[in-house]
Amino acid sequence: MGEVRRHKRHSEGALHIGASTPRADAYAKVTGAEKFAADYYSSDMVWAGVKRGAAPHGVIKGIFTDEACKAPGVIAVLTHRDIRGSNRQGVVRKDQPVLADKKVRHCGDAVALVLAEDRETLLRALDLIRLDLEALPGVFDVEEALKDGAPLVHEDNAGGNTLLEAHIQTGDGLTAFERCDEVIEGRFETPWQEHAYLETEVGWAQQQNDGKVVIVASTQTPFRDRAEVAEAIGLDLEQVRVIAPYTGGAFGGKDGITVQTLLALAALHSNGRPVKMWWEREESFIAGTKRHPTRLYYRLGAKGDGVLHALAARLYFDTGPYDHLGGVVMTLALEHAGGAYRIPHALLDAWCVYTNNPIGGAFRAFGVTQVTAAMEQMMDMLAARLDMDPLELRLKNALTRGEKTCVGVTLTGSTGLVECLERVERHPLRTERYAWKAAAGPFKRRGVGIAALMHAAGYGTVVPDYANAKIELTPEGKIRIYCGVVDMGQGNASANAQIAGSILNQNMDSMELVLPDTDRTLPSGSASASRCTYTFGNALIGAAEILKNRILQKAADLLMAPSTDDLTLAPGKVVNRATGAQIPLSRLGRLMAESERTAISHFRAPVAKDRLDVTDELRLHGLGHAVISYGAHLAAVEVDEITGAVEVVSYLSATDCGRALNPQIYEQQIHGGICQGLGFALFEDFRVEQGTVKSPDLATYIIPTAPDTPNMESLPVELHEPTGPFGLKGVGEIATNGPAPAVANALADACGIRMFRLPMTPERVLLALRGRETR
Amino acid sequence: MRRTIRFTVNGDPVEVEVQPHWPLLRVLRDELELTGAKMGCGEGECGACTVLVDGKPINSCIYPVLEAEGKQVLTIEGLVSSENELHPIQQAFLDKAGVQCGFCTPGMIMSAKALLDMNPNPTEDEVRHALAGNFCRCTGYVQIVESVRHAAELLLKNAKQTGAGE
Ligand code: FES
Ligand code: FES
Repeated sequence: MGEVRRHKRHSEGALHIGASTPRADAYAKVTGAEKFAADYYSSDMVWAGVKRGAAPHGVIKGIFTDEACKAPGVIAVLTHRDIRGSNRQGVVRKDQPVLADKKVRHCGDAVALVLAEDRETLLRALDLIRLDLEALPGVFDVEEALKDGAPLVHEDNAGGNTLLEAHIQTGDGLTAFERCDEVIEGRFETPWQEHAYLETEVGWAQQQNDGKVVIVASTQTPFRDRAEVAEAIGLDLEQVRVIAPYTGGAFGGKDGITVQTLLALAALHSNGRPVKMWWEREESFIAGTKRHPTRLYYRLGAKGDGVLHALAARLYFDTGPYDHLGGVVMTLALEHAGGAYRIPHALLDAWCVYTNNPIGGAFRAFGVTQVTAAMEQMMDMLAARLDMDPLELRLKNALTRGEKTCVGVTLTGSTGLVECLERVERHPLRTERYAWKAAAGPFKRRGVGIAALMHAAGYGTVVPDYANAKIELTPEGKIRIYCGVVDMGQGNASANAQIAGSILNQNMDSMELVLPDTDRTLPSGSASASRCTYTFGNALIGAAEILKNRILQKAADLLMAPSTDDLTLAPGKVVNRATGAQIPLSRLGRLMAESERTAISHFRAPVAKDRLDVTDELRLHGLGHAVISYGAHLAAVEVDEITGAVEVVSYLSATDCGRALNPQIYEQQIHGGICQGLGFALFEDFRVEQGTVKSPDLATYIIPTAPDTPNMESLPVELHEPTGPFGLKGVGEIATNGPAPAVANALADACGIRMFRLPMTPERVLLALRGRETR
Repeated sequence: MRRTIRFTVNGDPVEVEVQPHWPLLRVLRDELELTGAKMGCGEGECGACTVLVDGKPINSCIYPVLEAEGKQVLTIEGLVSSENELHPIQQAFLDKAGVQCGFCTPGMIMSAKALLDMNPNPTEDEVRHALAGNFCRCTGYVQIVESVRHAAELLLKNAKQTGAGE
């Protein structure tokens, strides 16, 4: 627990920025040695699991645990009555019980917690718990939920079933449509998307003799978890320690509490024995959060020459029974609703709505995926109406630095949408598209579609987006980085090594990483919002520079050099260029006091300076970002007219990432985002009927596999973001936004059909093709 | 109800007491402390638990442990050579960036090994199909496919050098 990650078998040379260095974590992962939260076992370990309500809405009349308690091998059965704290958790609004008390509000609500000697006993005991639930009518549709008389998910919520609503008007709002030559309308539906990380929600916990509860969990947010756990179950902050190993995938689904509070509660009742909880795949699908389903009404108006003039949008987000991060997701979607285009007049309305469906939460790209799917199809529909090339229409309206988005945020950082579009425009997939399309075989249709993207990073205006980096020269002469932000697979821990290693001129073998641990590393916010390397990297640069100066100063003292001017760091040592004298880092590490060889630096990310005419509540939920990435995507698809299957044959992306610190990690992030976006576009159909999940496993919920995915090209557009570490902007999310609209536009290009509902399954495509024939 | 069974894991003979209904994965992870093989679904859908039994890739989460009696089981932990050298497939995943979160990686590498043992020089399509049962949620599979094809090159080069041609 809390070990230090060392790195073996990397090349000898010092690390540097821009090099395609193999990831620091790859060795332990290819050998199977890396210990994920799922891999924590101990000899006297107790297994914990939860009984779920399994009903979408009902009053809890009784929870009968006697039989389960008496079963041999059962250590404890706990309910809300055993919780001493607030029994509430949530990031913005604490509206989710740890163990349901009065009601169940969706099928995944946890009602009782069982501790057992082994897994078989646990399953038997869960079966022995009886619930007396008085069924309540449920509410399963966002617009229905807002009507008078709809069943209330939270009777005490002042806004009825509205969690958060927002209205933004810029320019002349709706009246501007009177001055438009063309007006296009569309109503779009996007489904839930399940994270489907391969490592389901899992953790291990133990109460130490001094009363402190140590939790090792697959999480993106150890510091926030600690506070939530402590409050929910009635412990002091100091009594909780959260350790966050590398996760086996997270994508937003571990941005907040999953198993953590339940584990801590179990650890309080296991007589000091360690406890493990590992959600089954079906449990993860039912109880875990998902990308919010949305219904989006769009109206876009333009002048006859294609200059955009007005936008009206109504956005409905289904957050299920709990806020989780629903209000924040909706607000980020609102900020991106009009894309990276000059639109002088807009009226945008949005509602985030409580229902008895599964919980909506953070999922890579955080609401922007949904609105981009709509807006980028609107652009193509407009282009078709104007008989204009879709790329030309985008170039004509693309925002550049210094201009304002349609919600009034001024783009102050590097703004590379035009450059991204131009890269796509020059690519053979675009220039040779007519010939490629014409070569389609019998019963096949080919089409090429594009999408333009923007994605803001960080927490927005009010919640401080900061990081505290700590770095140390160890007595052994290694450079140890205390990573404050979780690496959920995106490679930021490795990027940290590369950043510090390049400043200190060390190779990977000299770098050690301490992964996030509330007792050892410093609070640095969540692993989310495309902020990890941007925010922590900036803090780390500061810390590494301080350490570098201290090391050189100490070396100068020891070598009796008049100043540090002639001294330079080399792998494992400091060298005096003038005299050739050397001193190993291990010697310096032993001679320096701990305070001297440890450096800390703080960074706080900039926010949009505009005084937007919006409510404080909306600002609190993040409206107004300063650091934004841009992209342009192209999908080339082949449609089978007989089966309706859509094959993405080639995929191209150009991304304004500021700077790619490590091109192979940059590529990983872009490819991964595209792949999840393709799943969202074509396959991933999370089905829920009356609150009950009908696609509870990986056999019924289809994610892309190797044969389903095309070759992808991911061109970096490196325009240098002045506020970024070495010019970087985060690109962990942006690529997810492209595939749905790019593929939909390609499908329209191929067959003249427009898909207003995702995913674009063969059945839906066939239906649309038939509709086209009968029209 | 417990039974004792014997098989070899990564070349070492083991003897374990098991419940007859246990899958092999449970014995590897919970009893033998070999946590390299992962569980992603427990239902034979994701491939994270892939190990080789007598050289054939199987989903160990649904493979009854009693079936393993007397057989040779190879897990990711058994790929590193006795001189502590990475297997060329592991090296290729490291060099060609086939690893992100790494949770699918052990299973992916074992499936790749089964493929390359049978077909030392696969086409891109053959690689993609051989890995169809191994889900990865982090990558776009491009770098994984490149890793496997690079591994094939490394293995062929090694085979030429040793002249063994195996
Ligand atoms: S864990 Fe065995 S196939 Fe998923
Ligand atoms: S690398 Fe994360 S699932 Fe494949």
